[in-house]
Amino acid sequence: MPLDVLIVDDSAAIRKVVQRMLNQAQVPLGKVLEAGDGVEALAALRQHPVHLVLTDINMPNMDGLQLLGQIRGCADWAKIPVIMITTEGGEAKVMEAVQRGANGYVRKPFTADQIKEKLDGLF
Amino acid sequence: MMQFEHIVNTVTAITQEVCQTMLGMEVEVGTAYVDRNPPGPSHGIISLIGLAGAWMGTGSLCCSEEAACRLSSRFLMADFAEVNEDVLDAMAELTNMIIGNFKTAAEEHLGPLGLSIPTVIYGMSFFARSAGKEEWLIVPFGFEGHTLDVRLCLTPNRGLSHLVAPAQAQAAR
Repeated sequence: MPLDVLIVDDSAAIRKVVQRMLNQAQVPLGKVLEAGDGVEALAALRQHPVHLVLTDINMPNMDGLQLLGQIRGCADWAKIPVIMITTEGGEAKVMEAVQRGANGYVRKPFTADQIKEKLDGLF
Repeated sequence: MMQFEHIVNTVTAITQEVCQTMLGMEVEVGTAYVDRNPPGPSHGIISLIGLAGAWMGTGSLCCSEEAACRLSSRFLMADFAEVNEDVLDAMAELTNMIIGNFKTAAEEHLGPLGLSIPTVIYGMSFFARSAGKEEWLIVPFGFEGHTLDVRLCLTPNRGLSHLVAPAQAQAAR
């Protein structure tokens, strides 16, 4: 089944790279939505629910951890898998993301194989 | 506190990893040096990202326009002959990855640090300088005939002296 995916990062460059790596990892992609921060991501989800969210942590307006909290707090979205892709590789941030309900954590720089490894356990 | 050699080794390892993983290329490591308030290039690209906590400062990537286009072409797998929004965005993200990972490594020694959103400056004739008189550590990297400088300036934040880095806290016990 093709996966509809939401990629959230304030860098358009990294959103392109993530999409490319999903293709390299041979993830069957349906609709790919992009958002530049958590606020845009919530707006995108309201328009079009997805099967997977990949999000950065450090973003303006609403960061990735706040976005994760909003997703987990909404009955319609609570079960959407959320993978954090971020330079924030410190143990404290990883723990915080896991405690808030992240399904996986990928540190930048990352490879297609690392993303695939995280998704294999989810789909 | 981080010693000069430790910082150089950390910056080198992170930059090599980012270039290998995200750009698919090896970089040659030049000789690191310290400069007081280096002026930066008079043309090309400077990307800057702020660090703040018990220590504060700035991390920066500097390179020529041609080098930025080459790095961005590899990063985004597209050909860039001139600097455009995609190139500036790619340089910002590379700065975020290199300095962000340095931040994570440095937090073991310097305590929690925050990272600002990167700023990228591009121009044909400009002069950049920081207001302080702090020393900058500069690690040059070579690739495909180009140079990429990774620059770091870190100084204790006297206004936050109550924040104690993990290594200092352990030594005090």
